[in-house]
Amino acid sequence: MSTTEERLAAEKRMKYERVGLDAVDDRLGSSGFIQKALDKIFPDHWSFMVGEIAMYCFVVLLITGVYLALYYVPSAADVVYHPTPGHGYMPLAGQHMSEAYQSVLNISFNVRAGLVMRQMHHWAAVVFMAAIAFHLCRIFFTGAFRRPRETNWVIGLLLLLSVMLEGFSGYSLPDDLLSGTGLRVVFSIVESIPFIGTWLAFDLWGSQFPGSSLIPRLFVVHEFLFPLAIIGLLTAHLMLIWRQKHTDFPGPGKTETNIRGSRLWPQYAIKSGALLMIIFGVLGALGGLFQINAIWLYGPYNPYTVSAGAQPDWYVGWLDGSVRLWPHWEFRSFGHEIANPFFPGVLVPGIVFTIMFAWPQIDRLIYKDHVAHNLLDRPRDKPFRTAVGVGALAFFTDLTFASGTDLLGNDLHMPFERLIEILQYGVFVAPLVAGAIAYKTCQALQRTDAHPIMKPVGGILIRTADGAYHTLGDEHGAHGDHDGHGHAVDDHDGNGHAAAHDDDGNGSADGNGHAAEEVDEPAAGAAISGPDPSGS
Amino acid sequence: MTTTDRPTASGDHSYAGYDEDDDPKVKLHYGIDPHDPWPDDVPRGQDDSRWRFQDNPRLARRAELKIAFCWTLTMLSGIALAIVYCVGGQPQVEGTMLFVGFVGLGVGLILWARDLLPGTEVTASRGTHNISDAAKREAAVEAFNRTVDPIARRPFLLRMLGLVGGVFGVAALFPIASLGDRPHRTLYKTAWGPGVRLVDQDNNPLKPADIAVNGILTVFPENNIESPQSSTVLINLGDAPFDVRPGTVGWNIGGLVAFSKICTHAGCPVGLYNAQTHQLVCPCHQSTFDVLKGCNPVFGPASRSLPQLPLAVNNAGYLISSEGYQQPVGPGFWNRA
Repeated sequence: MSTTEERLAAEKRMKYERVGLDAVDDRLGSSGFIQKALDKIFPDHWSFMVGEIAMYCFVVLLITGVYLALYYVPSAADVVYHPTPGHGYMPLAGQHMSEAYQSVLNISFNVRAGLVMRQMHHWAAVVFMAAIAFHLCRIFFTGAFRRPRETNWVIGLLLLLSVMLEGFSGYSLPDDLLSGTGLRVVFSIVESIPFIGTWLAFDLWGSQFPGSSLIPRLFVVHEFLFPLAIIGLLTAHLMLIWRQKHTDFPGPGKTETNIRGSRLWPQYAIKSGALLMIIFGVLGALGGLFQINAIWLYGPYNPYTVSAGAQPDWYVGWLDGSVRLWPHWEFRSFGHEIANPFFPGVLVPGIVFTIMFAWPQIDRLIYKDHVAHNLLDRPRDKPFRTAVGVGALAFFTDLTFASGTDLLGNDLHMPFERLIEILQYGVFVAPLVAGAIAYKTCQALQRTDAHPIMKPVGGILIRTADGAYHTLGDEHGAHGDHDGHGHAVDDHDGNGHAAAHDDDGNGSADGNGHAAEEVDEPAAGAAISGPDPSGS
Repeated sequence: MTTTDRPTASGDHSYAGYDEDDDPKVKLHYGIDPHDPWPDDVPRGQDDSRWRFQDNPRLARRAELKIAFCWTLTMLSGIALAIVYCVGGQPQVEGTMLFVGFVGLGVGLILWARDLLPGTEVTASRGTHNISDAAKREAAVEAFNRTVDPIARRPFLLRMLGLVGGVFGVAALFPIASLGDRPHRTLYKTAWGPGVRLVDQDNNPLKPADIAVNGILTVFPENNIESPQSSTVLINLGDAPFDVRPGTVGWNIGGLVAFSKICTHAGCPVGLYNAQTHQLVCPCHQSTFDVLKGCNPVFGPASRSLPQLPLAVNNAGYLISSEGYQQPVGPGFWNRA
């Protein structure tokens, strides 16, 4: 029991809390909302954390980005670099460069803690995109995009696009040789668009490439336009999650109508805040210890110089790979031309993103599934969807490898011509092979779930007093020996394959009846629970 | 179905008239019985007001010490950061200290929440799937429909609004045009022309002897080094036999040939020259051009040859272009052909 002082202290704390919350409620009448918010339940699963990692990377990006913006000079004006020993990068002394590039050198070498800030910013962007990609995969493979969450899938994809463009614009701001080469390629891709390409490219750049307008414009785009879009979309994304409540994996006692997890206060909020701290720490370590985008080694941009091994940041790699692998086709007739970069640079990503945006509708048609879901799919239970996802990942992987053909060829002691040819076939072969393997793996995993030897039939194994084993399912004997109910397996049709479940996306009414009868029988002797399906 | 086997808590639904068994949205997943003994609605305070070490002051004390240790690390790394900053900054130390500081703070918070703060896993109803009841839906439709008929009664105003929006909207698009120059001329023109001297990047004029056999040099039109469309590679092929294609007779000076340095694929500088195979390779997308065959593309995504610059020597012995490029340099575009 508590001592008198402790009790008094507790009473005093309560009083302060009352005064604070009462004061707010007197003005806003918000106690109902506050109670609901603090009690709100968030399901716990490690994979649900990845979206949060993305969000917190954005927080780091905002903070470090504001700091960098205080020093960055968005100007393409030509200057001559005059470093002093100890303050600046001596090998570039006397070189012509843009004011923008000079200011980034200044941030890296002259501003205290500036290099760490810059590298944290770049690392945060790279990790941000990785977290988004992982989060997207999680949503896809578990069917979390299904009704009623199709809108948030679309918002998420708009976020992905905004973050990609935000990342690319930021990567281009230092005006170094590597990023300048990337901009040259983007200019050519924009220029290749039929009808409007040249106008669009000249309106974006202000003139023929490179011009002097792009750097200041990119600054506005990177500092204002896309951050604003990301903040708006992120707010909508979170509001919808809040309103529709988080999905959860199936598990004992979890239904479409209930939700299980930690309350917002204190567990979820404090742990989430701790995650933000850890993200800060990890990005700080990356920024301080691991060099990224060492622009002083690339040198300032000028349009007639280029370095070997020119590559974009990882998330743009698949687009660069697509441009590298596309065959040398151009279409010329009637005095007009559809230039080569249009197909891999505009058409391919256009098709890819169209499919991604339309996926909830496509998925609905495939599985004829029109009902709302709060419980997630296990990837193995939707083999076709999983195969499509794995195939898409193989496609992106092939293209990402293609963006490094020159470096890879060097490492593998293989002519880049052959590597490119292999990867060109790979674009078609890899997704098919990977998809087929994924499909077969899903089926095998389903069979493992259902197999009477792999898992005890009936889910609960009973050892009798004389040492014999049997299961609760056998004891009832009402539904055949091979029917796995209860905790152990998928609802399947009793013949060891789960095809019926896969097609309608839902269990059968029959399965409902089985389970209700068999679970929670009082166990005679020692009861050993069957393996928990949510853990497999 | 034997409902008696069901645990009472989940059979006891909080909202009247609702039975999960009749709800088509409630589906079994993986054979898991939704009627397992997890109550749908656990009143706040019953099961999540306790914390992990509530009944074990010794472990609670130990947890407190652990947290204090983590946060002490944070404090120390904060002091270290200040010192490092004051003595001039050092990225590796700063990164390490940021890591120790922030991770210490975070781990301490997690331990605090896990061991010393109330809250276990709780289960509650999701509510009604965020779907409103029929009466509310009807009311919303009615509220909207109030305006449908009065608006439909004035088709003239409706069409007028469309027209006004279209006309005024187009006017709003005009400022876009001032974002950039008109593309046309600059796409076809470079700074090369009859009698323009070839210079290196320091604007020094060149003579044929300045470039060795198998040598390559990036050259520019004199006084126009900044002209990005004009960069050109000058290659000395020596005695290597090369094709002189129709229309390019006399454009070379001995083994000296000049081609646009801007890749016809995506505009990167074609910066890599293999003197053994006499091939130019673009480092961006590996388009490969055979210099012996008029810089014809032999590999990669480029589909057009690099345009050739006609060379000549003026009276003072300096290299000049006898004409400008005869076709647009660089990547393709809609009106190029």
